[in-house]
Amino acid sequence: MSADRFRPRLWLGALLLCVAGLVQATPEIQTWETDNGARVLFVAAPGLPMVDLRLAFDAGSARDGARPGLASLTAAMLAQGAGEWDADTIATRLEGVGAEFGRGVDRDIFSVSLRSLTREPALDTALDTLATLLAAPRFPATALERVRENRLVALRQQQESPRTQASRAFYRAIYGDHPYAEDPSGTAEGVSAITRDDLVAFHQRYLVGANAVVAIVGALDRAGAEQLAERVVGALPRGAAAPALPEVAALAQGMQQRIAFPSSQTAVLAGQPGMRRGDPDYFALYVGNHILGGSGLVSQLMHEVREQRGLSYSVYSYFLPLAQSGPFLMGLQTRNDQAEQAITVMRETLKRFIAAGPTEAELDAAKRNITGGFPLRIDSNGDIVQYLAMIGFYDLPLDHLARFTERVEAVDAAQIRDAFARRVDPERMALVEVGGGAGQTARADEAE
Amino acid sequence: MSRRFIATLVCLLPLAAGAGQTVYEHQLDNGLKVLVKPDHRAPVLTSQVWYRVGSSYEYGGITGISHLLEHMMFKGTERLAPGEFSRIIAANGGEENAFTSRDYTAYFQNLASDRLEIAFELEAERMRNLALDPEEFAKELEVVKEERRMRTDDDPQSLTYERFNATAYDASPYGIPVIGWPGDLEEVRVEDLRDWYRQWYAPNNATLVVAGDVDPEQVFALAERHFGPLQAEPIATPKRRPEPEQLGEKRLRVKAPAQEPYLLMGYKAPAVIDAETAWEPYALEVLASVLDGGKSARLERELVRGREVAASVGAGYSAFGRLPGLFLFEGVPAQGHAIDELEQALRDEIARLQDAPVDPAELERVRNQLIADKVYEKDSLFYQGMLLGQLETVGLGWELADRYVDALAAVTPEQIQAVARKYLVADRLTVAVLDPQPLDPAAAPAMSHRGAAHVR
Repeated sequence: MSADRFRPRLWLGALLLCVAGLVQATPEIQTWETDNGARVLFVAAPGLPMVDLRLAFDAGSARDGARPGLASLTAAMLAQGAGEWDADTIATRLEGVGAEFGRGVDRDIFSVSLRSLTREPALDTALDTLATLLAAPRFPATALERVRENRLVALRQQQESPRTQASRAFYRAIYGDHPYAEDPSGTAEGVSAITRDDLVAFHQRYLVGANAVVAIVGALDRAGAEQLAERVVGALPRGAAAPALPEVAALAQGMQQRIAFPSSQTAVLAGQPGMRRGDPDYFALYVGNHILGGSGLVSQLMHEVREQRGLSYSVYSYFLPLAQSGPFLMGLQTRNDQAEQAITVMRETLKRFIAAGPTEAELDAAKRNITGGFPLRIDSNGDIVQYLAMIGFYDLPLDHLARFTERVEAVDAAQIRDAFARRVDPERMALVEVGGGAGQTARADEAE
Repeated sequence: MSRRFIATLVCLLPLAAGAGQTVYEHQLDNGLKVLVKPDHRAPVLTSQVWYRVGSSYEYGGITGISHLLEHMMFKGTERLAPGEFSRIIAANGGEENAFTSRDYTAYFQNLASDRLEIAFELEAERMRNLALDPEEFAKELEVVKEERRMRTDDDPQSLTYERFNATAYDASPYGIPVIGWPGDLEEVRVEDLRDWYRQWYAPNNATLVVAGDVDPEQVFALAERHFGPLQAEPIATPKRRPEPEQLGEKRLRVKAPAQEPYLLMGYKAPAVIDAETAWEPYALEVLASVLDGGKSARLERELVRGREVAASVGAGYSAFGRLPGLFLFEGVPAQGHAIDELEQALRDEIARLQDAPVDPAELERVRNQLIADKVYEKDSLFYQGMLLGQLETVGLGWELADRYVDALAAVTPEQIQAVARKYLVADRLTVAVLDPQPLDPAAAPAMSHRGAAHVR
């Protein structure tokens, strides 16, 4: 191969041009409260005749209590009957006007989303339907049994995947008794035990104005957005915000778990509790992780595990900041007989990063990637509405997006080294391996 | 046309399906076609290079080679070290990746709108000057084998789909898995990739698509500067390898470690590209939406709710392949129901479509969804670029992106009934069933379907 390296001619010039363009690209966020205490965040986007709406209730699976899967099942049941309508009617009302309705539950957030054209009668029909689902779900008993049974089938299907098995084991290992321990989809025991009364009580307690954030992006003016927000959540009682979740304890010691599974690969996850949203170390850890394992093909983990050794198709690390400490985790999957080698490379890469931190060149490249790519993160209504919901839910400053690139620029290598040294402890990690193939022959061969 | 005028057009007319889709086209002397779709909502762009090659261009012994070559496109050129392409894009704030399908291999970069030239410079370089270093190849081949294990071998539904396709097609290359057969991945050599690269990677076998905050004339000038000097190559038209008439229903059973059974049914169906009757593929598309266009569509309404025989169920069809394909059904039976009950329930729904025309209200729902989707898709630059690249690359022409919604909206209940009667018939059908084997390794017998793939 030629030693003559490739130098794109426009590289530097383009960089300088871009920095000036970033500030004005940040959307202007307007915010207010509905009469019943829901916080609204709105960005006007007149370019397309549509509106995106995202509701974020503080009612994620961390609120499941003794019945893992309760929040998720409640979300699934919203569209199974509400007001005067059965499930068929609800689906027909929404889809008949081309609206897209969605719901999802993660550990913190119970979210409900709607995308609709702004023309009538589409918008009117879609909003009317959504407001009824939120305020007056009927949770019909027969539908509950059907949805429950199908949920149990889906939970059994999850067990077919070594990666899903690994994820469940990992979260249990690092969270122990904390409500983050269970997967939002719940457990067979939890889903089997849920009663209609549980759904009613969960809905009454958590789907209330004071516990809601409403994010709106679309072809509306402020008055239109205010009306829309009142229409969607106005019928909910004010209620009360959910109490803070308990803090997460650090792992007392490292732990290792192997789960035998008849797969050709071993799925590996390693990590520990990481950080919360709004953490003072957020930017140092975020930029540092970008270099370690958060930047796809060019990260250190990808370089060591995949590019240099061909050990895995995918390898990554990330912090998932939540209301309380979300996980820091690293993951890969590799042929059973080379799992130990891959784990060693992954660990060594982390230890080296903690000890040495990033080089100036790596830090520079990471900052250019993050700041130069910032306009891509907010280039669609669909992206912006998710940011609004996150900013609102986690109570981040309204200038979070506007100041994001400047905060990334301010991070230096010493801060990253310091933050990783304090916050990531390679000796106290939970390591989960799921795989090994049919029987233990693969490992026995390797040991010979 | 001025920028302002284009922007106005997008604002005023998006509800009329097919309108407001301003696309600019230019062909270089070496045959590279350049398509530009301006969209000035945000200061960003997507740049995509589409090659007319994919797994349906492959044949026995070299399956998976198009996808493998896609991986090697990141592993160095005459002037770029392995991984340097990605590092340059990353340092410019770009997102990048590539994907291989049956009908195409595509590479993309999403960038701030002032950085298009970087993408062009790099893509032009790897269009003709790929290194294909043997050591890099040896490592990347292992990565691809890991990808196969993750995507197919360790996913029972995906494994079932792979074997189902291989059974459904007798001659059509659509029976070839995109990722390649394990045995072929063991035997592929870097020389094979060199030949494949020479055979298909040339400007006259590619389409360059740019969507975003750009000026078409500037894009054309940049394309001329960077891709213009590249040599065209004689490209042989791939043989069509038409499927012979199927002579009766086919069935297969796939045994793999799993918890739940899974059903796949596929009927041989025409595509726009070869349809003897132009409206038929569009009628099949609308039929698919009648069955599976949401929670109010028939399969969800009748089989998941109504009869409660399916835990999950779906139907799918694409009118826009390079070759004719399958009209697909898939499903997982509900608790307490056998897989053949689910199959019978799906056959009942098919019979219902054959016996009576669909309700006009169902068609009205499908049309409203089409109109809305056409607006929603404008929120994604990437999708807009993808639609153009895909239609152009399979040989239908990007102009169809303007017209296909009208063709779909024109479909009548009688046409849907007619295609159901003509194509959803037993002699065109293949049925695959996933037969779950124990997940407990102690109880699991050695799995013969894996054995050969993993001996090194």
